[in-house]
Amino acid sequence: MTGWGWRRWALIAPPFLWLFVFFLVPLGVVAAISLSQSADTIPPYAPLVMHTPQGLAGNATLDSYRLVCRGCLRAYGNSLVYAALATGLCLLVGYPIAFAIARAPRAWRNPLLFLVILPFWTSLLIRVYAWIAILQPTGLLNRALRALGLIDTPILLIYNDFSVILGLVYAYLPFMILPLYGSLAQLDENLVEAAADLGARPWRVFRAVVLPLSLPGIAAGALLVFIPAIGEFVIPDLLGGPRTLMVGKVLWQEFFDNVDWPAAAAVAIVLVAVLTAPLLVAQRVIERGSAR
Amino acid sequence: MSRRLTLFRAAALALGFGFLYLPIALLVAYSFNRSRLVAVWGGWSLRWYAALGDDDAFRNAALTSLEIGVMAASLALALGTSAGLAIARFARFPGRALFSFMLMAPLVVPEVILGLSLLLLFVASQAWLGWPASRGIATVTIAHATFGACFVAVLVRAQLAGFDRSLEEAALDLGARPFAVLWRVTLPGISPALVSGWLLAFTLSLDDLVVASFVSGPSATTLPMAVYSSVRIGVTPEVNALATVFLGVVIVLVALAFSLLARQDRRRLSE
Repeated sequence: MTGWGWRRWALIAPPFLWLFVFFLVPLGVVAAISLSQSADTIPPYAPLVMHTPQGLAGNATLDSYRLVCRGCLRAYGNSLVYAALATGLCLLVGYPIAFAIARAPRAWRNPLLFLVILPFWTSLLIRVYAWIAILQPTGLLNRALRALGLIDTPILLIYNDFSVILGLVYAYLPFMILPLYGSLAQLDENLVEAAADLGARPWRVFRAVVLPLSLPGIAAGALLVFIPAIGEFVIPDLLGGPRTLMVGKVLWQEFFDNVDWPAAAAVAIVLVAVLTAPLLVAQRVIERGSAR
Repeated sequence: MSRRLTLFRAAALALGFGFLYLPIALLVAYSFNRSRLVAVWGGWSLRWYAALGDDDAFRNAALTSLEIGVMAASLALALGTSAGLAIARFARFPGRALFSFMLMAPLVVPEVILGLSLLLLFVASQAWLGWPASRGIATVTIAHATFGACFVAVLVRAQLAGFDRSLEEAALDLGARPFAVLWRVTLPGISPALVSGWLLAFTLSLDDLVVASFVSGPSATTLPMAVYSSVRIGVTPEVNALATVFLGVVIVLVALAFSLLARQDRRRLSE
């Protein structure tokens, strides 16, 4: 856009400064506090630099990171495995749905997309809570299985790996479907018809034409599911058990239950470090998608 | 490949939407259940709606959430729109890469990190600058406006990508000032993104448990915080009624917004 000159800063500066102060600076504060010592004061950490009779003295420590290494590595491993499984399952479940919407009659597509987004507009907390009623031993699923005569005693469906992964797939499925739909709707139909006319069977058409052309959508969807799922709190808290610890919940417990702010900050910094690589990839994928 | 709905595609849609809507349908059904037990059907009743109406804690929390939601969504709309415009229209300026990273990262960074980092900022700035004096509605609003703005920016940017620039250029050629063009041509042209952006920021704010739990103080309990504490204690049918009311309000709001936009679209096309 021409003719803006210096006036473009009136558009750039307010959101830039806002995000700088309320997103980037806070991450720096977290890094600083992760190095300070836990204390029984308000706020519960000792200052990094102390006034002593000999002048200023540093007071930094790596204790919190030692704590993270000793206690929480399993939670990070769990989170990565759960997030990866949930991403794969979202792709398996979401691809046919996105494909069906993209190939539906034109008038149906927007209403169908609206139906995909609608659950996202309602409270995640309440939707996850509804799964408790379905999965618990006296819940709907167990009663249905018993009524069908498939089981005699209730099977454990909740507070384990199964329920956490189910919850993650359920909560993040729309984030997979929408970018997939974006790719599949843009797909040039002539290519598909040409392949079919040349004698390729449907599976071959899919593998050789449709799948490669939808890779940008797959990449965007996978990142939109994988990254936030790693740090998810509500789902492991409501549907998980003591053995299904995830990082988000560890951070929450360190902060709210143990009131150890430096430990919570260290957990957060390690999590940011884990997420940096996928975040940079995500930026490039999204940047390329919107440049098209 | 035809446009017909084949058996495979119909099955994919039916199973997919069944999975997405089963829990929601159950919530609505059980909100009319007379029995206190979730999995037992005791006949139709409105008793949980009556109980909800009498519950001061839920009502106050709902009012707090609405107040925060409206303020945060409006702030997010202003910030996100100018961010989206800046990124879409200015191809080169110092700090553009950092800007675009800061706009994208809050969309995917886990909520626990956003919440913890903002809380630690507020605590540190209280110690150094004396602000904020206490945490509550204002701090939650700031937090929600921050991630809301990033979602608004995505929508604005996407809509600008498909926006015909010749109108803007014509107005500029005719001597209109850039801000007048922005106000009279560009913003009306991207109004669907503005409406859906505000609604998205509003519902994200209404839905947020994690960030609000970190940055709020004892003076402000939002609706998700109230729901969370009652869900942790045990399953309460009142929450089902609340969820149903919520769902109804959201569907009416979203349908209203979309029909308004569709009418505007038709008017523009007929002109």
